[in-house]
Amino acid sequence: MRSLGAALFALVLLAALAAPVLAPNDPGQTFRAYLYAPPMRPRLVTADGRWQRPFVHPLRLVSRLEQRYEEDVSQAVPLTFFSRGKLARLADESRGPWLPLGADREGRDLLARLLFGARTSLGVATLATLAALLLGVLAGGVAGYRGGIVDEGIMRVAEFVLVLPAVYVVLALRAALPLVLPSWAVFSLMAAIFALVGWPWVARAVRAVVAVERTREYAAAAVSLGAGHARVLFGHLLPACRGQIGAQAILLLPSFILAEATLSYVGLGFPDTVPSWGSMLHEASNVNAMADFPWTLAPAAAIFAVTLAANLLVEKPDRAAW
Amino acid sequence: MRYLARRVIAAAVLVAVVSSGALLLTRLAPGDFASDLFGAGASAATIARERARYGLDRSPVSQYLDWLGRAARLDFGVSLVYHRPVAELVAQRAANTGLLALVALVFATLLGLPAGIITGSRRRGLLPTILRGLSLVLLSLPSLITSLVLVLVAARTQWFPTGGMQSAGAWDAGVFAGLADLARHLPLPALAIALPLSAMIERVQSQSMGDALEMPFTLSTLARGVPRSRLVWRDALRPAIGPVAAMYGFVLGSLLSGSFVVEVVTSWPGLGRLMYDALRARDLYLVAGCAAAGSLFLAVGTLLSDLLQAWADPRLRRDEAGGTSGGSA
Repeated sequence: MRSLGAALFALVLLAALAAPVLAPNDPGQTFRAYLYAPPMRPRLVTADGRWQRPFVHPLRLVSRLEQRYEEDVSQAVPLTFFSRGKLARLADESRGPWLPLGADREGRDLLARLLFGARTSLGVATLATLAALLLGVLAGGVAGYRGGIVDEGIMRVAEFVLVLPAVYVVLALRAALPLVLPSWAVFSLMAAIFALVGWPWVARAVRAVVAVERTREYAAAAVSLGAGHARVLFGHLLPACRGQIGAQAILLLPSFILAEATLSYVGLGFPDTVPSWGSMLHEASNVNAMADFPWTLAPAAAIFAVTLAANLLVEKPDRAAW
Repeated sequence: MRYLARRVIAAAVLVAVVSSGALLLTRLAPGDFASDLFGAGASAATIARERARYGLDRSPVSQYLDWLGRAARLDFGVSLVYHRPVAELVAQRAANTGLLALVALVFATLLGLPAGIITGSRRRGLLPTILRGLSLVLLSLPSLITSLVLVLVAARTQWFPTGGMQSAGAWDAGVFAGLADLARHLPLPALAIALPLSAMIERVQSQSMGDALEMPFTLSTLARGVPRSRLVWRDALRPAIGPVAAMYGFVLGSLLSGSFVVEVVTSWPGLGRLMYDALRARDLYLVAGCAAAGSLFLAVGTLLSDLLQAWADPRLRRDEAGGTSGGSA
């Protein structure tokens, strides 16, 4: 199960890194004649039943009013692989674009946006996770190491943050800041807000381990050999928390991805011009469009994949048969 | 009794801190209701006049103290956007959210608890394997996704209304028609919250069921000739339910969080939407009122969960009576 989760994670990561190679089109390019175009599957068998190397049928607009398209089965445009820096693209691009997952409201390639959006979404979540780990390890480590009133104070604050419904804290913090910001500012701001909400989980886990490890012989030995507080804490005690820190990171990452999606969905996150899984889902807030063009929900599948991978990774092995 | 009093005081502190925090955050943030209302085009004089009208020209401290004094007497001010008392607005929306959360909790328990008992008491077999897989999938589907997918299904099949809480004029036809209409609107948002929640309940119940069945008393019960099914569904269930009861306090927070997205996606007129609109409009008294209602909800839920735990595990009760650390969850 764990290897399955790791493989899924690696796959998503690879897709995000290789976005410019995998995406046949630019994520910002709008194909005006292909608004809400359906996915164009690569095919191997032509309409009259002959096998051929991979090709797609170009789309033909059937109804402008309903934005309905149909595959023109009389034509076949072959795909070429590994040419001009793309994994796969149409041999003849003058006969319309290839939209493997269809197009959105403005005729942009959904696959390209999904792949480049993975960079934004995973990027914010990774940055936020690292920041939350830093804050949490510091706070939890100091609380567990010093004990007493410091411990009491830090953990009270942590528990207070844990009790609050995270979505509202994130919303309130984000709404308190100017709505329109440059996208790099939105990026770092979101990561900072998420870290502020996420650190107590890490702190609690780290504190529990450090408080126990501190009383062990090896810690006493390090102290008696003259190691300073920082050296004992970071050099000797924190390595014992590695497992806990890793597990927290794996759980925080998908929740931050979801947080980005939620914020952008309600319009407080990335603008439409920055592809991210959340800003793509924002289009789905139009129920009628979503019902008619369900491929616009593709980012939901991506979020599911990452969350599933994380859950598989932290899954405990089954206990012995009862 | 002393324990209860201490919990009530803690709850009051939570409500006061959260609503004060929300008010001050909204007040101190750049921009305010007046400047947002008229936009960049308005003259400074207009904005200043409106500020004075809404009392936004006073210092944050005096405004806060004034609000605090009145809030202590349960007067939460008037919404700047709706021109109606905050208490009235919040009470109505909180009731809607409460109804949604309650139904979702019932759904989640009905789905998750039996599933957890089955997967926790049996290792092998087709049913536990299917349930475990299903639970893993549901656990990975946050309510943002479940609500979007359910809305998609509803829109394509027309089985349920895709949003809202009632159809126009449904209550004109009488109370029963109104309730029937409500019952048609409720399942979709409730299920959207309940599905991921039921998986969480299943996981915890499965774990604690497995733990309970490893205790010595199960062996002695079996030795007395009690059938296995009765052991699982009766004797082991009560000690196994403790962790799930403990979870309900935590679940409440996630119910509130989960209900926000679901309320936005399915246009359910609840507290979450109201809070969001108030935040966007910088309607500061309304923000504070919503925060107060939300934290009250949370505090009451945590208390109920602790009482439920004390019922399930008598050892916790004795600790409290003895005066040692109470509420150890």
